[in-house]
Amino acid sequence: MPLTDRHREYWRRNLSLTATLLAIWFVATFVVSWFARELNEIVLVGPLGFYMGAQGALIVYVLIIWYYARRMNRLDREYGVEEEED
Amino acid sequence: MSGNSSFQRQLRRYYGFYTGGFVLFVIVVGLLEMLGVPNRMLGYLFLFATIFLYAGIGFMSKTADVSEYYVAGRRVPAVFNGMATGADWMSAASFIGMAGTLYATGYDGLAFVMGWTGGYCLVALLLAPYLRKFGQFTIPDFLGARYGGNIPRLIGVFAAILCSFTYVIAQIYGVGIITSRFTGLEFTIGVFVGLAGILVCSFLGGMKAVTWTQVAQYIILILAYMIPVVWLSVKHTGIPVPQISAYTVALPKVTALEREFNDPATPKGASEEAVRRIFRERAAAAAADLAGLEAGGEGYLEERKQALEIRLAELRAAEPPVEERVLDAAERDVRNFPHDAEAARQAWGAARTAALAKSASVKAHAEAFAAEDEAGRIKAKKNFLALVLCLMVGTAALPHILMRFYTTPSVREARRSVFWSLFFIFLLYFTAPALAILVKFEVYSNLVGSAFAQLPAWVSNWAAVDKTLMAINDINRDGIVQLAEITIGGDLIVLATPEIAGLPYVISGLVAAGGLAAALSTADGLLLTIANALSHDVYYKMIDPNAPTTRRLIASKTLLLVVALTAAYVTSLKPGNILFLVGAAFSLAGAAFFPALVLGVFWKRANQTGAVLGMLLGLGVTIYYMVRTYPFFGINEPLWWDIDPISAGIFGIPLGFAGVIVGSLLSPAPSRGIQDLVDHVRYPSLKGEGRARSG
Repeated sequence: MPLTDRHREYWRRNLSLTATLLAIWFVATFVVSWFARELNEIVLVGPLGFYMGAQGALIVYVLIIWYYARRMNRLDREYGVEEEED
Repeated sequence: MSGNSSFQRQLRRYYGFYTGGFVLFVIVVGLLEMLGVPNRMLGYLFLFATIFLYAGIGFMSKTADVSEYYVAGRRVPAVFNGMATGADWMSAASFIGMAGTLYATGYDGLAFVMGWTGGYCLVALLLAPYLRKFGQFTIPDFLGARYGGNIPRLIGVFAAILCSFTYVIAQIYGVGIITSRFTGLEFTIGVFVGLAGILVCSFLGGMKAVTWTQVAQYIILILAYMIPVVWLSVKHTGIPVPQISAYTVALPKVTALEREFNDPATPKGASEEAVRRIFRERAAAAAADLAGLEAGGEGYLEERKQALEIRLAELRAAEPPVEERVLDAAERDVRNFPHDAEAARQAWGAARTAALAKSASVKAHAEAFAAEDEAGRIKAKKNFLALVLCLMVGTAALPHILMRFYTTPSVREARRSVFWSLFFIFLLYFTAPALAILVKFEVYSNLVGSAFAQLPAWVSNWAAVDKTLMAINDINRDGIVQLAEITIGGDLIVLATPEIAGLPYVISGLVAAGGLAAALSTADGLLLTIANALSHDVYYKMIDPNAPTTRRLIASKTLLLVVALTAAYVTSLKPGNILFLVGAAFSLAGAAFFPALVLGVFWKRANQTGAVLGMLLGLGVTIYYMVRTYPFFGINEPLWWDIDPISAGIFGIPLGFAGVIVGSLLSPAPSRGIQDLVDHVRYPSLKGEGRARSG
């Protein structure tokens, strides 16, 4: 069946959400690790560079996935593309 | 809806009873221990009770229905699929090996922690919901439908088997190690006992049985990991949250001790330096031997051997008689003397490397990319980031993980289920770095400085059992333990934690059961992936599309048996470099699948030519680089930009993307039907599309 404009808008919003979350993922992983030596100078809960690799990044990952699931499941209903309850 | 939620309630009740029952079982075994039942019996009890339990679940889930067999009837709720994915994911390497790697390498080991969790972001955002909407049975299924024709499917089958098989060997190896260590069975017998455990789960009920056993295995493995670590944290810091106490209490003390060990002005630093000097002399002696061998060849070898024999004769004849110990050492030197030039080169080379490592100063645990100079630090940083990327992309491309998201009831549940998967994996992965720090704290503050006459019980026990795990020698003969005199094998950290924390043997048995659960559950998932790729994709989709259901299931079960026996046979030959095999599987999977899968969803223009080109290029370059540079293959070409062979995917993944894009643009766009399939996959439900398809 042909896609309506609503459908295209849903997909665009999905793409921009995905891109934003991937950007956060990238920063938490690669940018933070890149500066790990410098961040280790800052001590919060242990040296920050080490802490981010051991726990901080992991917490960010869990939150990214939690937010994505919540947001997308709402977006489905908003645009009427949700699955029927079974 | 009501049917679904009553099913969930029922599941919660079952697993609630199950967890309670298991805790009760552990308590009963603990009572038996107090009554004086020997440790070996307790080990057998844990081994057979848990395997029997998994077999029971497998037997209760037996099925002859295709959808139940391949995708557990697509009714696994998000939370339970999360636990099953967690167990499927966390292997023997995660459970036993990871904390040891972190202990040995400090910051640099965090590449595994980040890589093996961050990959789930890619699964969640780029793959899981779309694969669920597609809703077939295997990953090659998606490639076959999206790109058309049998070639993409066939490459998918090949890649799935290649990476799953290398990975499953590492798992069966882990099963063999654990069973043999805790029951005293021989390694090969341990492998086949474990294999029986794997097969009873998956053979009768396929994915359905594997799912419900994996949930049970997750519960055991997480309890087994957490209990000793929490206890250790309470013992050392008084705080029952190791993930906090390790950083706030233990790490600062570890860092202070590292400085002390490296500062010859302090008493501890001075005795460390004394030991290091001896190691430096040993390294120099080995280097001199190597140089002598180069110059004098066999003649030098003969000369050295005679010198040792003469010394032994003199010692034997000495008046008054020398100490027994000195005589033993001299005898050992003669007995173990390398028999030819090649053996000598290897032995002395290894001795030199080991002594050099021991003579180096202590690396600070939290220091990132430690190296002698700036160039070394940059190299370490590059390899760290490359490894993280390969592990992440590989995570998002391993078929046995992606397949799990076919089993949820809906796209909505698939999204939630990735969250639960990572949450359950996170529980173990954010504990491992804390455990490494706590054990390091124990070793640095209690073991170092203690007297050789009164070593802590766990040290002497493990040193007696296995020298590769725990070796401790008074090198400078001062009767006091120095850090450089201790050699710890990575696997020791998790295995010895219960004893370090002063817990009874029953908890050690529990840890072994946890390690076994981790290895078995991963092996289950992998074997099923291989058997399904062969029976579903090759036999049913390509050879005989009209095969009746019963014959498809018989084919799958037969193949499962054949693959399992082959894997166990290969494992019993003890191929070396298990860790490399595991790492290689990630690079291979990432380069072969990830570009074609992701572009298949997000780029309608991607077509068959592109997919074939991208998969072959990605896989080809990755294999080429590994074969050319990894020492095992004996070619040893120079590295490209200093990247280690384990991260070969760093070249394969971008080339895979480039291959799909270039190949697609050079050939016509895919048909209308395939573009409609992409739309079908992108939207959880398109009204008028026919509800039945997304059911």
